[in-house]
Amino acid sequence: MSVEIKLPTEKAVQLSHGGGGKEMNNLIKSIFFKAFANPILASEEDAAVLNLDGPTAFTTDSFTVSPLFFAGGDIGKLAVAGTVNDLAMMGAEPQYLSCSFIIEEGFAIASLKQIVASMASELHKSGTRVVCGDTKVVPKGCADGLFINTSGVGRILKPHISVNHLQPGDAIIVSGDIGRHGAAILMAREGLNLESDLRSDCANLWPVVEQLIAANITIHAMRDATRGGLAAVLNEWAQASKVGISVAESQIPVSDEVKGLCELYGFEPHDLANEGTFILAVPQTIASGVVEIINRYGDSQTAAIIGQVEDNHHGKVILTTPWGSTRYLDLPQGELLPRIC
Amino acid sequence: MIELNQLYQGFRDPTTIHNLAREIQTLASQYPGNINIMEVCGGHTHTIMKYGLNQLLPANIEFVHGPGCPVCIMPKERIDHAAILASQPEVILVTLGDMIRVPGSKGSLAQFRAQGCDIRPIYDPLDTLTIAKENPEKTVIFFAIGFETSTPMTAVLIEQAEQQGVNNLLFHINHVLVPPAIDAVMADPKATVNAFIGPSHVSVISGAKLYRPAVERYHTPVVVAGFEPVDVMESILRIVKQKLAGTAELDVQYSRAVSEDGNLHAQQKVNQYLMIRPQFRWRGLGPVANSALMLRPEYAHRDAERIFSEKLNVADIDDHKACQCGDILRGIAKPKDCKVFGRGCTPESPLGSCMVSSEGACNAYYRYNGV
Amino acid sequence: MCLSIPSKVVAIHPDEQAVTVETMGVKRKVSSHLMSEPLAMDDYVLIHIGFVMNKIDKVDAEQSLALYREIVDKMEH
Repeated sequence: MSVEIKLPTEKAVQLSHGGGGKEMNNLIKSIFFKAFANPILASEEDAAVLNLDGPTAFTTDSFTVSPLFFAGGDIGKLAVAGTVNDLAMMGAEPQYLSCSFIIEEGFAIASLKQIVASMASELHKSGTRVVCGDTKVVPKGCADGLFINTSGVGRILKPHISVNHLQPGDAIIVSGDIGRHGAAILMAREGLNLESDLRSDCANLWPVVEQLIAANITIHAMRDATRGGLAAVLNEWAQASKVGISVAESQIPVSDEVKGLCELYGFEPHDLANEGTFILAVPQTIASGVVEIINRYGDSQTAAIIGQVEDNHHGKVILTTPWGSTRYLDLPQGELLPRIC
Repeated sequence: MIELNQLYQGFRDPTTIHNLAREIQTLASQYPGNINIMEVCGGHTHTIMKYGLNQLLPANIEFVHGPGCPVCIMPKERIDHAAILASQPEVILVTLGDMIRVPGSKGSLAQFRAQGCDIRPIYDPLDTLTIAKENPEKTVIFFAIGFETSTPMTAVLIEQAEQQGVNNLLFHINHVLVPPAIDAVMADPKATVNAFIGPSHVSVISGAKLYRPAVERYHTPVVVAGFEPVDVMESILRIVKQKLAGTAELDVQYSRAVSEDGNLHAQQKVNQYLMIRPQFRWRGLGPVANSALMLRPEYAHRDAERIFSEKLNVADIDDHKACQCGDILRGIAKPKDCKVFGRGCTPESPLGSCMVSSEGACNAYYRYNGV
Repeated sequence: MCLSIPSKVVAIHPDEQAVTVETMGVKRKVSSHLMSEPLAMDDYVLIHIGFVMNKIDKVDAEQSLALYREIVDKMEH
C-alpha cells in the first residue's frame, strides 16, 4: 500500500470532509483505513470482493445512542458488537462488516478517532474485518453527533437456530445479569443526576458462542436481548414458536445497581436493553452444561436457567413471583419514562 | 442497627407474605360477607397487580382500584390545555414522566412533541428552574400534576422562582386531593366499598389525620399501608380483623414513615402558594367540588391558565360512551364488565382513564391479570 | 402513588439545601427543601420526584420486621 497518510490538521469534522474530495480522502485514510487495515478494504474498489462458502448469515443495524460515550462502551463498540452479535446468534462466524458513518458537521475529530479505535479493538475480538464503508457529513443540526450503520456477513457453522424452534420442555437460559446497557444509558443521561459503578454489558458475544458451537450442543433458539430486553425476546419466541414460556422471577440475575435504578424510577429490569447478554432455549438435559460453558468463557459469571418452555398459554410469557403468584410478562410499552404514580 | 436492604427485603419476604396470606384466609373465612377494599392509590394498585397479591386472597376479599392515579384522572380538556400551551410560540412545556403518554382529544403530548413542540418530560420539578434560567427568551410552563404527595414539590418550585426572580416560569396547576375523591366514590348509593387501604406517600405528607373524616362518615376501616407487598398484606389482615370485630377505625400500618400530622413544613409551603379550587372535573368521576388546588391570587403573574385564558377556552370532553371507568372507580363494575375493555380500549389506544397509565385499574388488569 | 424504595443519606450539601442519597449502589443528589430539621449522615429517607419527603423511623421498622419474624416462628412451630 503506497498511500501517503496525512493527518487532518483541523480539530472538527467539516462539510468538506464528506464532499468526496481531498479532505474526505484524508479523513478516510488517516482514520478509517488506519484503524481497520486489511487488504480487501485497502484495495479501494467500488465494492468489496468476498469469498463466501456455504450458507451465510447477513444482517444490518444502525446505531444512534445518546450519549455517544457511556460507562462500559461507546457507539463504536456498540456498532461492531451489535452486528457481530446478530451473526453469532444465528450460529454464524462473523467474517465481514460494512461500516457507514453519518457525521454531523462540527463533530470533534478526537472523538471520532476514539470511537473508531474502539471499533477496531472490538473487531479484533472476533477476528472480523471491515471491508467496505461510506462517510457522509451532514450540516449542523441534521444529525445528533454521529450515526453508524454496520452490516455483516458470516458463515453459518451451526444451522437450525431459529425463533420457530422452541420446544416444550426446553430450558430458558440467560447468559448474564440483565438490563445493564439500558440502565447505564439512563444513568448517563442528563437530568437524572445519577452516580454508580454500573457499566454497560456491551460485549462481543462471538468468543462465548464459538465455545458453545465447539461443544457441539443442541441450541433451539438464541437471541441477544437488545432493545425491549428479556421481555421482548421471550414474547417474540413464545409467539413465533406458538408455545408458552414460564420464568421464575427469583432466578433472573439482576445486579444491585440495575435493581436500584429500577426501584428509583419504576422501570423493570426485564424491559431494559442489553448489548452483551443473550437468551437461549436448549434441551433441559444439557442446560446446566450450557450455563457452565457460558460462565467459563463469557464476560459475566452470572448465567442462569430462568425458566422453561411449556405446551400451554401459547404465545404468552408467564412470570412466577417468589410467593407463587403469576402474571403475564408483557412486551415493554413505548418510551421508557419514569413512573410517577 | 437495621440495614437499608432490610427495609425492602424484609418487606418483600416470601415466607412472611405466605404466612400473612394464610392468616387472612383463616380469619376471612369467619367473616360472613364480602370485604371490598378500595386501594385509593395507584401505587398500591401497581403493587397488588405486579406482585399478584389478589391471587393470594380468599374469594370474599376483593380489591376495588380507586381513583388515585394522577395521570388517569386528568380529563381530556386539561391535557388539551397542555397541548395548546406547548403549541404557543416560544413556549417550553415541562411535565412529569409518563404524563406525556396520555392522550387528549387531539393526541398525546408525545405526539405534539413529535410535531415539533418543545415538551420536556422531567423527573425532578426543580429541573424546570434550570430550564427556565437557560432559556430566558422563552416562556417555560410547568404542567403540574399529582396528589398531595407531589404538591409540595411544586410549591418549592414556585418559591424558588419567586426568590430567584425567574420570571419566565409559569404554572398550570392540576394538583388534586384524595379526600374529595373518596367522597365522590362513596356518594354513589350503589358503591360497594366497605374498607380502604390509605395511600402511603400522600399520608407521609398529609398525615394519617387526612382520613379521619372518611372513617367517621362512612364507618369503614381505613388502614394506611406502605407500598411493599408485606405492607399491603399486613394491612389487609388488619382490615379483616376490624371487620370481624365490627370496628371502623383509622389504623396506620406504615408507621415507619407516616405520623398523625405528616410533614407540617411541606404542608405549610403548599398553603403559602396554593389554595382550594372550587371545582375540578375528574376523568371518570366528573366534577368534584373542592377537589383540587390552584395558585393563590398573589401569584396570578405565574398562572398560565389566567395568562393564556383566551387560548384555553376548551369545552369539557367526555370519555367514550361505552367506557365504564366511573363505575369501575366506584367499585360497581370490574374492568372485564366493560364492553370495550381489551377490544376498543387498550393501553396503546385507551378510550377511558383507567386504561391510561400502569396504575389505572383497566391497564393493570389488561397487563397482569388472566393467567 | 409513587415508588417506595428507601435511601440512605451519604453526603450533605447545606449550601444547596440538598443531600446525596444512595440505594443499591445508585447515588443521586436530592433536595431537602421539604425538611424542617437538618438531615444527618446515615438517615434513611423516602424520596419523591427528587425531594426528601421524610425520615424513616428505624426503630419502628425494626419492630415491624421483628413482628413478622414472630409470625413466621409461630407458623413453623
